[in-house]
Amino acid sequence: MYVDKFALCIAFFCILSYLLAMKYSAKSFKAWPLRKLLLFVSGIVIGLQAVAGPIAMHAHHSFVYHMIGHLLLGMLAPLLLVLSQPVTLLLRALPQSGGRAVSRIFRSRYARFLIHPITAAVLNIGGLWLLYTTHLFHYMHQSSLVSMLVHLHIFAAGYLFTLAMLYTDPVSYRKSYLYRVIVFVFALAGHGILSKYLYANPPMGIAAADAQQGAMLMYYGGDLIDLTIIAILCWQWYQAAAPKTSLSAAKAAE
Amino acid sequence: MEDSHTYRRRNVLSGFLFGVGLVAFIDEAVFHQLLHWHHFYDLSSTTWGLVSDGFFHALSWFATVGGLFLFADLRRRRSLIPLRWVGAVMLGSGVFQLYDGLIQHKLFRIHQIRYGVDIFYYDLIWNGIAVLLIAAGIWCIHLSRRKEHVR
Repeated sequence: MYVDKFALCIAFFCILSYLLAMKYSAKSFKAWPLRKLLLFVSGIVIGLQAVAGPIAMHAHHSFVYHMIGHLLLGMLAPLLLVLSQPVTLLLRALPQSGGRAVSRIFRSRYARFLIHPITAAVLNIGGLWLLYTTHLFHYMHQSSLVSMLVHLHIFAAGYLFTLAMLYTDPVSYRKSYLYRVIVFVFALAGHGILSKYLYANPPMGIAAADAQQGAMLMYYGGDLIDLTIIAILCWQWYQAAAPKTSLSAAKAAE
Repeated sequence: MEDSHTYRRRNVLSGFLFGVGLVAFIDEAVFHQLLHWHHFYDLSSTTWGLVSDGFFHALSWFATVGGLFLFADLRRRRSLIPLRWVGAVMLGSGVFQLYDGLIQHKLFRIHQIRYGVDIFYYDLIWNGIAVLLIAAGIWCIHLSRRKEHVR
């Protein structure tokens, strides 16, 4: 089992890079807020729980622990990391040419396609349906390579989806708030429906009681984190629609 | 004035959304968690029932938060019409309660109000309250409009 040590190394590397980026960005910009470092570090540590440590260990034989791990890796960690705005920090830390290269990647058609709210939602929720309703869940417990790939996908898709909803980092070709809210409601519905489906149809090799507890955790735990995302999204919308700017802009246009 | 028309409608939208969210929250907190009358899933649900339940559950979270942010927006624009807003809350609550009581409980059979009892009276009271809420809501919204005309 090298997976957990490997993950630990990556986590250290990420935190170190974030700290270095903070140092470089402070040379030409205002100091990067410590609050965001705190968000980043907690996101990394929480995400790590799904692959290393006691939760990851129990997840091999208990569906409830498996679900705790997934809530942390696929929802809570991505939310905290997205809020820590790593790409914005990277753009500030890199010299101009490097920054241009990064923003070119972000403006590429491929990135545009990935960060589209519908693509992100399908990758996120569709991936979960694929995992729990096919043999994939079974293979995941057979091979550590499949397990690692599944974990990677859960995290990446969760991050992509949260970013596609909140746009905390410079994302080109943005969709409107209403558009994102509608996609979000469908994604959250897909998550809730899957939880109830799992309640009645346990994944292969999982006892009914274990599956029911895990499904309820998925339902309510998912709700809690999604509620936070909804609140942040609505807060952004509320600020963007502040009468001062919108009214004066409307008057100026007349 | 175009603006005041928009805000009058926004009063209804905000109240309606909050009403839907409020009933969904009461349903979850009181009937699922405190009384344990409702079941998470009683395994007799149709597929459409699961889809409808998932969708409205998701929508209700957004409705609660979005409705309250709209309320804050009306306040900062000094366009809140309290009677109209409260009427819309009752309307939203009633509509969602009726949908829950008739379509989700009866047609889709997601779960029943309570188990091991004669369900008829529970259904009657549940849906009766819903109809009363709708009527009271429409009445309040109507009243707020008439008041404006008098003014």
